Amino acid sequence: MRYAMAIDTKKCVGCSDCVVACQTENSVPVGYCRDWVVEVTDGTYPQLEIEIRSERCNQCDNSPCVRCCPTGASHYAEGGIVLVTPNKCIGCGACITSCPYDARYPHPDGYVDKCTFCIHRVKKGLEPACVAACPTKCMYFGDLDDPNSKVSEILKVRKYKTLIPEAGTDPQLYFLI
Amino acid sequence: MREELIVSGRANPLIDPHLHIWHWQIPLYLFLGGLAAGILFFAGLYTIMGKEKSYPAAVRRAPLIVPFVLIIGLFALLLDLKHKLFFWRLYTTIRLESPMSWGAWVLMLVTPLSFIWAAIHIREIFPKWNWKFRILIILDEFFTSQKRTIAWVMTIASVILGVYTGILFSAFNARPLWNTSILGPLFLASGLSAGAAVIMLFSKDHHERTIFSKIDIVIIVVELFLIIHMFMGFLASTQVQIKAAELFLGGPYTASFWIFVVIMGMIIPAILEVLELKKFKIPILIPATLVLFGSLMLRFLISFAGQESRWLY
Repeated sequence: MRYAMAIDTKKCVGCSDCVVACQTENSVPVGYCRDWVVEVTDGTYPQLEIEIRSERCNQCDNSPCVRCCPTGASHYAEGGIVLVTPNKCIGCGACITSCPYDARYPHPDGYVDKCTFCIHRVKKGLEPACVAACPTKCMYFGDLDDPNSKVSEILKVRKYKTLIPEAGTDPQLYFLI
Repeated sequence: MREELIVSGRANPLIDPHLHIWHWQIPLYLFLGGLAAGILFFAGLYTIMGKEKSYPAAVRRAPLIVPFVLIIGLFALLLDLKHKLFFWRLYTTIRLESPMSWGAWVLMLVTPLSFIWAAIHIREIFPKWNWKFRILIILDEFFTSQKRTIAWVMTIASVILGVYTGILFSAFNARPLWNTSILGPLFLASGLSAGAAVIMLFSKDHHERTIFSKIDIVIIVVELFLIIHMFMGFLASTQVQIKAAELFLGGPYTASFWIFVVIMGMIIPAILEVLELKKFKIPILIPATLVLFGSLMLRFLISFAGQESRWLY
């Protein structure tokens, strides 16, 4: 099993509903977020192009954060998801520094927090909160090992990219282009 | 011509790389750890070589400050932790891939050794020192008889500690400025240089000072070589590393790096030490303080600039 997410940059309007849904679902403390929206404007006026991406932890296959964690608090869980065990985490900040996507933040309670792909919802057969809330239905979540999952189906027919694959992290967040 | 503008909707100032997660605690600790490693290395080395008599400052006096240096450093490390009460979790596991785990375990070895070494040499400054309890006297005698073994372990452990202070940074490929293995030898050299400087400060013997002046000059030349090599490596590497090197080559950290670290911390003390060897009268305090200052600044600048360097996307 390999959980992954595909996000359609052509459909995303950058409304930030995913951000709010995540904050509500996961009780993310005020002022922090596990996912965020990036808008990139590219080109020279008047030939401009805009790309809107809803970003979060890339749940990398070769995670620098898991590698550098001195206590084993950051670990690979079921389906390749990278999780943090709060009472093993000492809050040293190594994983925050090691993440090329800056996907982690220090929770006010002391431990380091990040996107979990809403594993608690997925186990119940639900979609992650951000995917469920998306008004344009631009996000696809599922198991890459299952050829009939939503994410596998869309990756078969669409062109996609991952973020900074040259960092060697093997990210599992796919952006449809 | 291509213009790119990134507007980020992330509402989290704490994940923005310009607000770095590691503040003064980590670079201060790396400096103190390197300094402790430097002093212990020379203490161990000259004991192994059987030259304890001719190098009293290196073997006996300077190591007396190491326990204090390490305690301050460990306290700074503790302040860095956000989940302080869980620090013992470091010692419930060994993670070979994590430099921080290596560091925690090496400190677990080096800190007690530094206390033992200071304890068996405490009569150097308190000649009338008496251990109050019998068990301590027995331990003192035991460790004194095992001095050579301790010296061996100390020398090897101090090299690991010195290299680790640099590898801690270079293991992070998310920060391109740190992602060079030269930081390991560079921080080791910087730590040895700082250690030699402290030994010079403690030394009352002209011969010993001259030797450590010479050692320091050699280490500074090695450091300069490593720094040039580091920038050559960056400039011949990928776009992100070229950008990272530019922080020091025209970017915001240029003046502080080249003036504080290279000129004040390496070139001037090296010149002063050469002049001293040429029989000019130069108070040892000046080159030694400059070396320590340069070593501290190196850690701070690499730490802060490194957290500003990033992958472009």
